[in-house]
Amino acid sequence: MSTQYVTFRIGDALYGVEVMRVSETLGHHARTPVPLAPVGIAGLVNLRGQVVMTVDLRPRLGLEALAPENESMMVVVEVEDGSISLLVDEVGEVLNLEDDQFETPPDTLPAHVRDLITGAFKLDTGLLLTLDVDAALAA
Amino acid sequence: MDDIDDIVQEFLVESYENLDQLDQDLVALESAPSSRELLSSVFRTIHTIKGTSGFLAFSDLERVAHVGESLLVQLRDGQRQMDQHTTDVLLRMVDTIREILGRIESTGAEGGVEVDDVVAAIQRTLDGETAPAAPAAPSEAVEPAATATAAEPEPEPEPAPAPAPELAPEPAAHAAPTGGIRTATAPQPASASSITPPVGTPVSSSSTKDVPPTKDVSSSKEAPTGRSSGESSIRVDIGLLDELMRQVGELVLVRNQISQLAGFDSDADLTRSSQRLSLIASELQEGVMKTRMQPIDHIWSKMPRIVRDLAAACGVEVRLDMIGGDTELDRSLLESVKDPLTHLVRNAIDHGIETPAVRAATGKSSTGVLTLRAYHAGGQVMVEVRDDGAGIDPARVAAKALERGLKTAEQLDAMTSNEILNLVFLPGFSTAAVVTNVSGRGVGMDVVRSNIESIGGSVEVDSDVGRGTTWRLRIPLTLAIMPALTVRNGAEIYAIPQVSLQELVALDKQKTRDAIEHIGAAEVYRLRGALLPLVRLSDVLGQPQGDADSAVIAVLQADNQRFGLIVDRVLNNEEIVVKPLATQLKAIGIYAGATLMGEGQVALILDIQAIARRTLSGDIPDPDQRGADASASAAHDVQELLVVTAGAGRRVAIPLAAVTRLEQVPADRMELVGGHEVIQYRNAIVPVMRLARALGSFDGEHEDLSLVVFTRGDRTIAMVVEEIIEIVNDDGVERSAVDDIGLLGSIVLSGRVTELLDVPAALAQADPLFYTDEIDDVSSLTKTSEMAGV
Repeated sequence: MSTQYVTFRIGDALYGVEVMRVSETLGHHARTPVPLAPVGIAGLVNLRGQVVMTVDLRPRLGLEALAPENESMMVVVEVEDGSISLLVDEVGEVLNLEDDQFETPPDTLPAHVRDLITGAFKLDTGLLLTLDVDAALAA
Repeated sequence: MDDIDDIVQEFLVESYENLDQLDQDLVALESAPSSRELLSSVFRTIHTIKGTSGFLAFSDLERVAHVGESLLVQLRDGQRQMDQHTTDVLLRMVDTIREILGRIESTGAEGGVEVDDVVAAIQRTLDGETAPAAPAAPSEAVEPAATATAAEPEPEPEPAPAPAPELAPEPAAHAAPTGGIRTATAPQPASASSITPPVGTPVSSSSTKDVPPTKDVSSSKEAPTGRSSGESSIRVDIGLLDELMRQVGELVLVRNQISQLAGFDSDADLTRSSQRLSLIASELQEGVMKTRMQPIDHIWSKMPRIVRDLAAACGVEVRLDMIGGDTELDRSLLESVKDPLTHLVRNAIDHGIETPAVRAATGKSSTGVLTLRAYHAGGQVMVEVRDDGAGIDPARVAAKALERGLKTAEQLDAMTSNEILNLVFLPGFSTAAVVTNVSGRGVGMDVVRSNIESIGGSVEVDSDVGRGTTWRLRIPLTLAIMPALTVRNGAEIYAIPQVSLQELVALDKQKTRDAIEHIGAAEVYRLRGALLPLVRLSDVLGQPQGDADSAVIAVLQADNQRFGLIVDRVLNNEEIVVKPLATQLKAIGIYAGATLMGEGQVALILDIQAIARRTLSGDIPDPDQRGADASASAAHDVQELLVVTAGAGRRVAIPLAAVTRLEQVPADRMELVGGHEVIQYRNAIVPVMRLARALGSFDGEHEDLSLVVFTRGDRTIAMVVEEIIEIVNDDGVERSAVDDIGLLGSIVLSGRVTELLDVPAALAQADPLFYTDEIDDVSSLTKTSEMAGV
């Protein structure tokens, strides 16, 4: 069994989301910040007439949050009530990954990151961390 | 099989529509028994249902419709006159048919609905037994009826076995004098109609005469049939309309973008095309919006029946007037208005309109009038429910609020009667002396209000004791596109719905500093003499205040409160398309949605009601919280002080938190009562104390007196000071104890030594009871909104 993943880079790490959940990847769009929004919500973007919320995973991953004016690529992901857009540094290729390469995250991973990262694929070039998009929203 | 289902589905939709019409027609028929149009309309409806149900093999349904039709034949052929009993029976038939249809809709078959009762009841009426008039009577007659119908599965029309007794009852006598008017008014419930559910006598001819004669015109226009005009209209799926609406919204946005782009380009062709696009998009938008509009009559049409049944149940006589039924509303809004409106109507009959005996005793006509009125006003639809009943007594409301623990006595004392009336919207409030099955369960008005507010509307109540009550619903025309004011704050654009906006006040930088004054920590602006509490949008959004050169106060109305929202700059008035927000952002509670600007930028729509509730002490504040806030600010190191002079150049500082108002009055308004000075102030006699005398000095003669007014609960004291100098911040510096009556010490303010007044001690000289602890501290909280100019 194998599953296709859209890969992208945030900070130094490579992440992946199942290709079925991803509707598109986009370049930078200007974001409208939402004052008083929870940490990790990086504002709203206009996606061909739809208002889509952008999510910055950095704070959850223990990284510094992006500044509002920081340019960033986006991976648009389908969620229960519409779409959200994940801010990423760089979109990579779509990889076909064998399930036997998959391992659940180690117990040493802090709990709040553990919700987000469901596991890792062991690639030759390094690890690909798989994200639970719904958990990212629950932040 | 699918085809059959489609046919059944269509039959259901059509029949439901027809039944609604039938309800109306029957009730109207009762007050206008001789109307041929109504009779034939009713007859046609039942005939259609009977025919189709026979074709679809719904035998129970057919039986009910058949026997009903037989009764109608007699009515149509003049062998029988419409009376209350006949109406009751026919309405029961409608209810039964509706029940069967409901069963067919949910299960696909008609089984399980008890029809024998109704068939028997109608049959008895056919047979001329008008005696058992009670609407719910027939249970004892089940068996004979069942056997009767079983033995005779297809009871032939039975051409009036006893025509004589049916023609006899009173209505016949009334028909002659008023018949003309009845025929004219009855057949058109569309734009206005009136009914009289008779309780004692079948038809009260007096009330029928009350009907305004102006309706003849519209009725003659609509008289033939109020039904769908087959060839010129089609049925459209609601989902399709919603989708169209959404796409038009997108088109409007693209249009905005294109006009923006074309504006920069000097290409004449592009400009022309863009203008044309703009025009077409606007027209298309309007057209699509219209397709979703439905006259409010759509929900009003159920009211005559509700009023009739309820009036009978409550033992009152009610005439229902409906004005403006052709006022249109977006259909999704219409749905949301239905329940609140029905509740208000029920409430008006159950609690509002008195019994005929009571009405007669108070000199009113025995028939109460319930008026539903809808009209457009300022881009909104207003719907009024007015009764001429007993009205709502504020004293009773106050007593109930006290009893339910919703308000304390002190809070109630400080409220105007209008504010007290509005307490009926609090959850858990019901003024019904007796809990009835109609209303009065304490769930009602709060639900009405929250339902209306959830669609961006509002509800108000006005009441005159003894003269009636008016409920007023304000409803936006549509939800998808709304007019809004766009403003800039910091780097971002926000939209304020026009509905809440009253006016704009521009302030340049110089004025910003001077015109905005402070009461305690609160900023206020004098708007034509009245103090307007101010809220800074930056503060609401938790952002640093910019140092913009200018600012604009948007004067906003939310519920019953008015406040000014300070924004950096006003951009434009425009129609915005409302986009929903993700749940996480809705939860923040200050945004109503998002929209796209012409340049494609996303802008947030502010939820003004929520902001008002959040920033102003709302109308349901927690009293404990209030008390805590007040004491916290009193204990705080930095407090604001009102500096006044008190004779001989003495400067005295008064903690601003204790002050309610500042006033200037002519000296001759001072009067003497028993050797004490008093002043008439706001319809009360208020004791006056002179600060200078209290401090052992004396003040000179002035034409005008400067007053510092203190209010606590229902006690008020006016303190005369020589002059009001300024309001300063006490940073807790330089304070030295001075042992003197009425003073706490002295401090250095603005470089000068100022005495700090011991307010409780000073006021005790004028009114020893002023600072007793029983009085809940309400005054310090109301002052922000009440304080008037110096």
